[in-house]
Amino acid sequence: MATTAVATPVVRENYLNTNYGIKSWLLTTDHKRIAILYLISITLMFFIGGFFATLIRLELLTPQGDLMTADTYNKVFTMHGIVMVFFFLIPSIPATLGNFLIPMMIGAKDLAFPRINLLSWYIYIVSAALMIYVIVNGGVDTGWTFYTPFSTTYSNTNVFLAGIAIFINGFSSILTGLNFIVTLHRMRAPGMTWSRLPLFCWSHYATSVIQVLGTPVIAITLALVAIERLWHIGIFDPKVGGDPVLFQHMFWFYSHPAVYIMILPSMAVMSEIITCFSRKRIFGYAFVALASIGIAVLGFLVWAHHMFVAGISAYAALVFSLLSYFVAVPSAIKVFNWTATMYKGNVSLRTPMLYALGFIGLFTIGGMTGLFLANLGIDPHVTDTYFVVAHFHFIMVGGAVMAYLGGLHFWWPKMTGRMYNELWGKVAAFLIFAGFNLTFLPQFILGYTGMPRRYHAYVPEFQVLNVLSTAGASILALGYLLPLIYFLSSLRNGPIAGDNPWAAQGLEWKTASPPPTFNFEETPVVTWEAYDYEDLPKEVPVVS
Amino acid sequence: MSASTTEAVAQHSLQHHFSTMEQQRESTTLGMWIFLVTEIMFFGGLFTAYLVYRLAHPDVWEYASRHEMEFWLGTINTTILLCSSLTVALSVHAIQLGHRKLCAILLFITVLMGCGFLVVKGFEYHKHYVDGSVPGPWWHMHVERPDGSTMPAPNTYQLFFYLYFVMTGLHALHVTIGIVLLAIIGLWAWQGKYTAEYHNPVHISGLYWHFVDLVWIFLFPLLYLIAGK
Amino acid sequence: MEHISHAKTYWVVWAALMCLMVATVVLSRVPMPGPLNTLIALGIAAAKATLVILFFMHLRYENYTLISVVFVAGLFWLLIFFGLTLVDYASRHVLGVPGH
Repeated sequence: MATTAVATPVVRENYLNTNYGIKSWLLTTDHKRIAILYLISITLMFFIGGFFATLIRLELLTPQGDLMTADTYNKVFTMHGIVMVFFFLIPSIPATLGNFLIPMMIGAKDLAFPRINLLSWYIYIVSAALMIYVIVNGGVDTGWTFYTPFSTTYSNTNVFLAGIAIFINGFSSILTGLNFIVTLHRMRAPGMTWSRLPLFCWSHYATSVIQVLGTPVIAITLALVAIERLWHIGIFDPKVGGDPVLFQHMFWFYSHPAVYIMILPSMAVMSEIITCFSRKRIFGYAFVALASIGIAVLGFLVWAHHMFVAGISAYAALVFSLLSYFVAVPSAIKVFNWTATMYKGNVSLRTPMLYALGFIGLFTIGGMTGLFLANLGIDPHVTDTYFVVAHFHFIMVGGAVMAYLGGLHFWWPKMTGRMYNELWGKVAAFLIFAGFNLTFLPQFILGYTGMPRRYHAYVPEFQVLNVLSTAGASILALGYLLPLIYFLSSLRNGPIAGDNPWAAQGLEWKTASPPPTFNFEETPVVTWEAYDYEDLPKEVPVVS
Repeated sequence: MSASTTEAVAQHSLQHHFSTMEQQRESTTLGMWIFLVTEIMFFGGLFTAYLVYRLAHPDVWEYASRHEMEFWLGTINTTILLCSSLTVALSVHAIQLGHRKLCAILLFITVLMGCGFLVVKGFEYHKHYVDGSVPGPWWHMHVERPDGSTMPAPNTYQLFFYLYFVMTGLHALHVTIGIVLLAIIGLWAWQGKYTAEYHNPVHISGLYWHFVDLVWIFLFPLLYLIAGK
Repeated sequence: MEHISHAKTYWVVWAALMCLMVATVVLSRVPMPGPLNTLIALGIAAAKATLVILFFMHLRYENYTLISVVFVAGLFWLLIFFGLTLVDYASRHVLGVPGH
């Protein structure tokens, strides 16, 4: 009679169980714990932003402005924008996945400045707390874009405090970017040359460059708005010879590159997921790496395409329109290279790959509609309509959020040592994809046929498409709730994941799941190229 | 300090995630330089506004600079900051050679010079307040016409002074931060925290101070030395 | 290894900075055609800045390539900001502003 002895899994020392207690988490300098702290905070802010999105879609079910007044609606879409942009999208992938993975991917024990990393999180928390106070205290109604003179002179809401909150939040972003740049330059393990670096790291490097160069400009811009709120005198005031459009120049100088802060980390995740689930090395490594840098550089040259109808000169509009066409090129190169990576690869459709495929399609649509907007003939017709809203949601939600979720699913076993439920993962991915398209595809049509953005009432002709959009949003909301549930559940009930459940390449998979506090038993010495999938199993293993 | 003690100080200062002191030194130095680049962009926003408005209102800028700015106070402040850059560079030099007391003394001198800068600035601000050139509720500036009579200053002058106060005010804030930073570093240097082998905090604090000087090097001609026609 | 300059280097640089400061103050009082005053003042400021950066801030002796790239990138980005903003302001009277 054979008996199978059930082996009690030996729980090795790892970063989660190395010590317990709230103090060990709140005073940690371990980049992995800080990543988890960020994960929790960012998820909270995501649901706050989502709450405001729900209110928007509910109001827009009917043509009349009947759920809330116009003033309240202004506050609702403003808070949705501010929370989602500054408190969710910009930190999301870098502060969670970037923080967790970059030291491991380069074979280091931690980031270059672990205490500054923790400071970065505390700054984020302070700014988020201040923003929540602003929300509770009546919100802001200027739009997340804070255009003058409404924000400086005429708005009766908490512009000053909101500006301060975003100012503080900017430091969190700057310090994270600074940390990543120094880490990537100085902390790589022996043999980890720049050309062997995972593309995840290249993209985060490009993101960090943008964060470091751009964020200070929005900081000073919002500081100037705050000063004008306090002392009723400012440089954007025509009464003293100022120009309100100068605010827009200063604001968009950061806020356009900011959208690349939001998308480059998503592209970072894509390169890792697509290679693993195609079992192939990336097509055109050098091109993808340089395209990341190209996006970072070119992204700073196009900001006034947000201002074509604001009162800039026709000549400037021409220049910025032309430059905006150029910035699409490196993004397109990446999409071609990912597609070529999949060609003749052994593609397996696990949950992370479903998100990746969704990303490629939706990001491409979003990107191409950006070209419509860069066109000086079309833009005056569709600017400030739902066409723009649909464009940026395709990129931010269809692109960035899907990549974030894909990355969370891909690295969940590494971060927690547990596997999520694959069936529920696929269900959620499909719901999100379907819900997303139903929400935002109608908005392209709405915008093109003339529905303006930031209005809570509209002509009855637009109702059908708005109802479809809200229906899609409800499916999308359900799709977002599911991972929250099954991820949490997996912490208790999920199967134990091994060191490398996906048989993936990359230094992070060569250490335990969850990793020990200092990441590696011994400093690795790298002698192989990135994405060396030739020597690995041809199939992604199934984890039961 | 004996060689073995300085070695011990150096080894003790090696943080656990770095493999060598050299890596730590290079990383912290690179980190400070990147931070200074963020400061360049931070001030850069204000310089952009200055650029746009000076090109739009060159006569206002010229009059305000020649008649309302205290030329000599600006020159004194420039001298103070340039000398303070020297003292801070010499303080780093001192600790490179292991002279910790000299390093601390030079840092304290730098701190005093920084305070001197702020005193002069305060004096200037007060004079502007009295002259009525603080924008907003305290504005009551008058300008001289070519024929010698005076009239209330046109509103565009508020634009110049707004930029003047915000740019120099932000700069003064950074001077203050630098003073506090160098005072603390100076105190620690006096207490023996830094040696010839380990003193990068002194070096990078010095970098911050030099940056503060660099901003003033550009503010000075742009605000005080606009030439007349 | 860290490079240790001679103390004399710092004094010489300081003397040069003082001379440049005197020059910029004196020249600002000399009326010159066009934007020459401003250009000269900014040129002298740039020279002072270069001396401070290379010698006081040790750039000459540090990991020259990397930190130079970092610092020059910062300056270059500032110029992008100035330049492209001016493309708008300097050309408003050239082709006009749409809608006006």
